[in-house]
Amino acid sequence: MMGHAEHPWLTIVGLLVGAVAFGFTPLALAWLWARVFSPNKPGAEKNATYECGLESKGDSWTGFGASYYIYAIVFLVFDVEAVFLLPFAVAFTGLSLGACLAMLVFLLLLVEGLVWAYGKNVLTWA
Amino acid sequence: MADELKELKIELSKNGIFTTTLEELYNWGRKNSVWPLTFGLACCAIEMIATTMARYDLARFGAEVFRPSPRQADLIIVSGTVTKKMAPQVVRLYNQMPEPKYVIAMGACAISGGPFRDGYNVLKGIDRYIPVDVHIPGCPPRPEALIHAFMTLQKKIDEQALAGSARPRHLNKDLPSEFPVPAFGEHGLEPPQNNEVFHEAAGNPLKVIQ
Repeated sequence: MMGHAEHPWLTIVGLLVGAVAFGFTPLALAWLWARVFSPNKPGAEKNATYECGLESKGDSWTGFGASYYIYAIVFLVFDVEAVFLLPFAVAFTGLSLGACLAMLVFLLLLVEGLVWAYGKNVLTWA
Repeated sequence: MADELKELKIELSKNGIFTTTLEELYNWGRKNSVWPLTFGLACCAIEMIATTMARYDLARFGAEVFRPSPRQADLIIVSGTVTKKMAPQVVRLYNQMPEPKYVIAMGACAISGGPFRDGYNVLKGIDRYIPVDVHIPGCPPRPEALIHAFMTLQKKIDEQALAGSARPRHLNKDLPSEFPVPAFGEHGLEPPQNNEVFHEAAGNPLKVIQ
C-alpha cells in the first residue's frame, strides 16, 4: 500500500465516490426506466402551476395591503433575527470590534421593532 | 409459449426455485403503492375516510398515503355526487395527475347520478368524462366495498402488460393523457359526454337526460 502512504486521503475519496454512487445510481436507474418505458405526455393542464382543479385567474404578482406591516416586523424580530443570532453567538469570541458593533446595531433596530410591536399590543394572546 | 413458461415457473417453484419477470415485479411494486388523491365530494367521502382509519386500515394495501396534490397521486376516488358545477374541476384534477392513473367511481352518485339522477344539476356518472377503472354500487358503499374495489384495482394493475398492443394507456404514446374538460354552458355541461370515453350499455332502460 505505497499509494496509501503517499495519499492519506485516498480512502476518503473512495468512500465519497461510493456514497455519491449509492445516491445517484437509483436515481439514474429510475430516470432510465422512465425514459425507456413511459412516454412523456405533457399537456396544458398537467403543466399548469395551480393544481387544485380550478383555473387560476389573474396575476399572482399583486400588491399586499400595507396593514400587514406588523406581521412583517414580528417575522423579522422572531424569525430572521434568530437566523443571524446563532452564528453571531458561535463566532462571538473571535469577532472584531467593527463586526460586533454592526451586529449590535442590527439587534438595536430589531429591538426597536419589538418595542413597537409591544406598544401596538400585538403580543397579547389571551 | 406463455402457458409453457407459466407451467415451468410452477414446476420450478415446487422445487424451491423462485423465478419472476420484470413485468411481474414492476406491477407488484405498482399495485402495492397506489397513492390516492385527498379528494371527497359527498357522504361517500366519509366512508372513504373511515376506510383509511385504523378500523378498516387501507394501509394494509399500501394505499394509506393520501396525497393532497394531483401531481403525486395515482388514484382518484370519485366519492360522492358530482354536480355539474364540480365536474370540470374533477376532470381537470384527473388531467393533472401523472400517468399511470386510475379512477374508482364510488357509490351510486358517482357511477350514475344515483338518487339525484333526475336533478337538474347532477352529472349522471363521472364515466361520461373520464375512464373509470372500478365502479362500486351502494349508497354509500361500506368501507369493505371500497376495499374490495381497491383489491379489484390491484388485480387489474397486476394483469397489465408492459408491451404489446394491449398495453395500458400510460405506455402508449398515441393515447391521450388529458381529457377534454367540459364547460358549464347555458343548458348544463357542454359537451354532455365525451364519446371517446363514455360507452352507454346497449338497451339501457334508463332514458338519458342531460
